[in-house]
Amino acid sequence: MSNIPSELKYTKSHEWISDNENGTVTVGITDHAQELLGDLVFVEQPEVGKELEAEEACAVVESVKAASDIYAPLAGEVVEVNEKLEDEPELINSDPYGEGWLFKMKLADPDSLESLLSADDYAAEADQ
Amino acid sequence: MPFIPHTPEEIEQMLATIGADDIETLFDEIPANIRCQSLDGIPPAASEMEIAREVQAMADRDAGALNFIGAGAYEHHIPAAVWQLTTRGEFYTAYTPYQAEASQGTLQLIYEYQTMMTGLTGMDVSNASLYDGASALGEAILMAVRVHRKSKSRKILVPASLHPNYRKAAETIVKHQGIELVELPIDPQTGRIDPTALEQYSGEDITALAIPQPNFYGVLEEADELTAWAEQNNTLVIGVVNPFALGLLKPPGEWGENGADVVCGDGQPLGAPLSSGGPYYGILCCKQAHVRQMPGRIVGRAVDADGKKGFVLTLQAREQHIRRSKATSNICTNQGLVVTASTIHMALLGPVGLRNAAALSMANTRKLVEKAAAIGIAPRFSGEYFHEVALQLGQPAAGVLERMAANNVLGGYDLGQVNPSMADSILVCATETKTDADIDRFIDTLQAAL
Repeated sequence: MSNIPSELKYTKSHEWISDNENGTVTVGITDHAQELLGDLVFVEQPEVGKELEAEEACAVVESVKAASDIYAPLAGEVVEVNEKLEDEPELINSDPYGEGWLFKMKLADPDSLESLLSADDYAAEADQ
Repeated sequence: MPFIPHTPEEIEQMLATIGADDIETLFDEIPANIRCQSLDGIPPAASEMEIAREVQAMADRDAGALNFIGAGAYEHHIPAAVWQLTTRGEFYTAYTPYQAEASQGTLQLIYEYQTMMTGLTGMDVSNASLYDGASALGEAILMAVRVHRKSKSRKILVPASLHPNYRKAAETIVKHQGIELVELPIDPQTGRIDPTALEQYSGEDITALAIPQPNFYGVLEEADELTAWAEQNNTLVIGVVNPFALGLLKPPGEWGENGADVVCGDGQPLGAPLSSGGPYYGILCCKQAHVRQMPGRIVGRAVDADGKKGFVLTLQAREQHIRRSKATSNICTNQGLVVTASTIHMALLGPVGLRNAAALSMANTRKLVEKAAAIGIAPRFSGEYFHEVALQLGQPAAGVLERMAANNVLGGYDLGQVNPSMADSILVCATETKTDADIDRFIDTLQAAL
């Protein structure tokens, strides 16, 4: 079974969300997702300043076999993107919860974080 | 049940199986108002012999005439070896193969084609080709919009000097995608993009500027200055080129400071006969930085598990068979056979041969212009031209061309067809296929028709 840190929040579409406790969250894809995708070769990031709706397709991760959409887990504004991924998309494979983070967003509603899946919920989803 | 036959009994059986009364009911879900009721003007079925005779009569109307019409499709000498080789069984398919990597020869040919195209255009990457030049422009515009995400206007400056059919096809492809094509007027003196008209857009958010080279009127645009303007204005540059002319002209990859971003054009002048308008093929090249937004197929060179050299389809993750409705394009195939001919044609000519043919075409058209001056006919525009030129006749061009055609000389393209204010002008092209005697015959026939 892949690694699912218990302190993070998750979505059914395999994004993880970390609360930075300053009104912003960091978003990435789970270990399980990077395993399914295989070697990543390219990441298309959202623009900083872009207002996202919850569940809006906002980024694309491309592996040798597929190009997949990344969905905004919650509504909010993109405040930073991981520029290292431009040259090193493989960081997502090697360190999905650390150096392989995708972008940070300022949530429109900080309480909306509660609507996301817990690690246990996600583990159950990913098992199916 | 066999797959192909369609005997009445089998049709009955199939309808009974799916529970339909007749074949008509299978189309019920298509609303009646959008269905084609009957085909007007289509004659009754004819036998093969009757059709062969009718089509031959049509073909005969084209044969034997001395042709000076260009306007987007150009007559060039095609060595006999080109189509002799192209129609060999190993090559004779219109498509890139479905089991692509099993067809190493075809992939290698496409790889060579891409290499030649990047050489000609001075760009980093070429795809395996598109349908034709006009649809390639549509794809180039869609690509520019995807690449230039910071530009929110989705406005594309398209000069009036760009081929009218290209403008129409591109408009059809992009108009329902929130993209606006803004017409940039030409200077009526030079026949080039009017620099003062372009200046009005300085500081405005413009996604891309299309630069035709040479333009529809045969005139050479000031590609360096236009590209420099675009670079200053944070606007992408789409070069729309005649690849044959690139044997001689500065490649778009070297325009301005950083070169064009996307280059498209029609490959017909490189090995495809005129054949009443097609099939031709489309060229699409771009900078390395834009490659992930490029539609269509790209062949790359790789090594296999044993370290042996081989060719593969690369960057497929954004194509339809993987990305479905979110693919970069609805392009699913290319003009493989015409590209094969083109690649063989270019290989036979080589860079020097292509350059010589381009220089000869340019010289022939200049000879024609000089001789036209002697009978009082001058170019309509003052701008420098490549191998095609607009001549002002001082009377309705349509009648003159008709009288020339009666003498088996196709004297040019009636510019009144695209712009009523130019109804007294024709577009004329004398490629390397024309001899001095041909040009003299053109002048004599023109003089008699005036």
